[in-house]
Amino acid sequence: MSAADWRKAMNPGAGRYAWAGGAAGRRAGARPSAHPSPRPSPLRAEGEAAAGAAAWTRWIGRRVRARHLLVLLAVLAYPWVATPFFTFQIGAQALALGLIALSLTFLAGYGGMVSLAQMTVAGIAGYMYAIFATSGTDISLRWPWGLAVVLALVIATICATLIGWFSVRTEGIYTIMITLAIGVAFYYLAQQNYSLFNGFQGFQSVMTPAVAGVELRAPIPFYYLALFWALAGYFFVSYLLRAPFGVALQGIRDNPRRMSALGFNVTAHRVAAYAVAGVLAAIGGILMVWYNGLVSPGSVGTGWLINILIIAVLGGMRHPIGAFVGAVVFVLLQNFAVDLVGRERFNLLIGGVFLVIVLFSPDGMLGWWTQARQYLMTQLNRGPAAAPTQRRGQ
Amino acid sequence: MTSLTRRLLWTGVGAVTLAAAVAGGAIAQAPAVKIGLLATLEGPFAAGGQDGMRGAELAVKERGGVVAGRKIEIIKASSDAKPDVAVNATRKLVEQDKVDIMVGPLSGSEGIAVKDYSKTQPSITFINGSSGAQATTLQDPSPNFFRFNTEGAQWMVGLGEYAYKSKNYKKMALIAEDYAFPYSQVQGFMTEYCKVGGHVTHKAWVPLGSKDYSSVIAKLPRDVDALLVVLGGADAVNFLTQYEQAGGNKPMVGGSITVDQTVLNFKGKRRESLLGTPSAGPMADSYDGADWKKFVASYKESFKDGFPSPSLFAYVYYINMKAALDGLDAVKGDLSGGQAKYREALKNLKLKTPTGEIVLDENRQAIGTTFVTEVAKAADGGFYNKVVKVVPGVNQRLGMSKAEFEKVGLGSRDVPNCP
Repeated sequence: MSAADWRKAMNPGAGRYAWAGGAAGRRAGARPSAHPSPRPSPLRAEGEAAAGAAAWTRWIGRRVRARHLLVLLAVLAYPWVATPFFTFQIGAQALALGLIALSLTFLAGYGGMVSLAQMTVAGIAGYMYAIFATSGTDISLRWPWGLAVVLALVIATICATLIGWFSVRTEGIYTIMITLAIGVAFYYLAQQNYSLFNGFQGFQSVMTPAVAGVELRAPIPFYYLALFWALAGYFFVSYLLRAPFGVALQGIRDNPRRMSALGFNVTAHRVAAYAVAGVLAAIGGILMVWYNGLVSPGSVGTGWLINILIIAVLGGMRHPIGAFVGAVVFVLLQNFAVDLVGRERFNLLIGGVFLVIVLFSPDGMLGWWTQARQYLMTQLNRGPAAAPTQRRGQ
Repeated sequence: MTSLTRRLLWTGVGAVTLAAAVAGGAIAQAPAVKIGLLATLEGPFAAGGQDGMRGAELAVKERGGVVAGRKIEIIKASSDAKPDVAVNATRKLVEQDKVDIMVGPLSGSEGIAVKDYSKTQPSITFINGSSGAQATTLQDPSPNFFRFNTEGAQWMVGLGEYAYKSKNYKKMALIAEDYAFPYSQVQGFMTEYCKVGGHVTHKAWVPLGSKDYSSVIAKLPRDVDALLVVLGGADAVNFLTQYEQAGGNKPMVGGSITVDQTVLNFKGKRRESLLGTPSAGPMADSYDGADWKKFVASYKESFKDGFPSPSLFAYVYYINMKAALDGLDAVKGDLSGGQAKYREALKNLKLKTPTGEIVLDENRQAIGTTFVTEVAKAADGGFYNKVVKVVPGVNQRLGMSKAEFEKVGLGSRDVPNCP
């Protein structure tokens, strides 16, 4: 959301405070009802159906640009031009990791809470799925996979909410520390508990279900499955950021005291943000356990906790797409750095690239994109043909 | 010409040159056989992984880089001992780099994961690196996964009987790390030790990488004759130091990776008491077989930056790579027909290794030699592992029949048991 949109939304004349349940909802209910909106927003178009539909069309026309369609077509067509390896190990893995990183982008970029425990939430979902569904270990209950998925998502989301509830009262570096501590604690629990988490070995041969005769683990079905959830997560987050909840969350990020003085329940909003991020991370976690076919303490170790942060920072936290851009770069580096430099030294290249990106563009890859666009715009505007073009910035 | 166009032009020229170079290179060569090599170059076993790669390279070097007229092209990859990373690296080698044969990985749970993956690639042959989990070939084996090295349980065969009969240890307590590899080692030891009449009255399982053993040491019973210590590297040294400080005085029996150079160089007061500590494994530095000596000499000559003597990883990667190449030689480099002929040749291979001949069982798992060793003092005062017994033909079911073994099951915290 651009600064202008943000100000518009926060302007009491234009904004509405309709809260989706919880303590905040009750408080908001006591508010005097807001003024009628001067301009029909698609998100609030429940009044007149026809007008709503028109608003939607207009909104889509205004929002969707050629490049959006181009990207959508590209990701849809990708598996038909790429090899199975690129479809599965690069494409699908990047989408699943991107979804987990998206949960962090949402928390950190828009909520101002850097949580290192997002991979832990994903790992909890993965472990729960392995425990309830079928794996090579006797601990697994071998329940139907659909039930296992639902249980895993619910338990992981509850855990995410609890993690949030623990950590929201802290700020900045203390949030990082407490979530890191929770993540490391879960890692050791998984490594040393044998009755539930099967210790050091974790769960091997975790079955990926087949739906209507289609093996979900096969590269193309799995790619589309991951793509569906990645797109769903992306649009959900994009929507939420413009919804009153997301707007309030960004307000809390920028000035929690003022928001509190305005009557918002800061803690409840933050915990709710953790819960929402938890759902995204949990879906990503289930995709990861299907992708790997296994889950072990290594999947939730410190390395992975930090990798998720790296992915989010690499891509840039200013926009939800950053998480996926970062994931693609990360996965490509992980796979191909070894071909570019000596086998014993390839981690140096990975670290070097991260350093370059962070040093030269504090906004990650998205920062480069913005800079490149600005550069091109000025170049075009200087040229005689493009002089009358007045394109909007964002 | 603007700077942008010029840059584009140069990029174009560069790309064309590169493409030409790649195409030219491909045409000039005879069809090489591509072998993927996976070991851990990161994480806790990084040093071991590097030595594993040396071992595999040695096997290639012995053939001058050519097998049956085809050039050998090795493509390396790295993991960090985590199964998901190992599978990703393997998938890249198989699906992206299109290797014909895959050699690796290094550690136990990686091996199980790669074995599971091998089932999805039936036209590629997978040969183990140095991973030693029993389950890899015992549970749900994969028809295209071969393991030419013996594993953790097999490495301890002969030691139980030696401890009971030669050392006269009738009652023992054990302390071991709490994961698959030590379970296998303990099973290999106890199966035999219990059978000849020994008793293991107390079992202490400690987490991998423990620093503080005081509570474990306090609980060790006093009425045992010796301790079975299956700890690796730093864990073994930490335990020894703390056991000494606590006034412990029982003799030790070691696992395959317990009594290594770090332990042999232990400088504590109890150093002398290490003398006579038996252990067992698939190789022994001081073995005086002619082939073994040749292998060690060739390793030392090839790798000036290597260890003073090839490590377990170097040796095991060496024999697995050697098997891959010997198999290729036997079929004259013919990998057609989904590698069916090649696999048949591997199954029937009588592999000549520096420690004797290795053959495969019906699960494509090695039957080979185990060495029982004992710590002895060399002329210069240094300690080394002296070979006291060579046990040939050790199989994965530890000499039991299939039915008998299945009744016992794989080693775990409670299996086997003879208090």
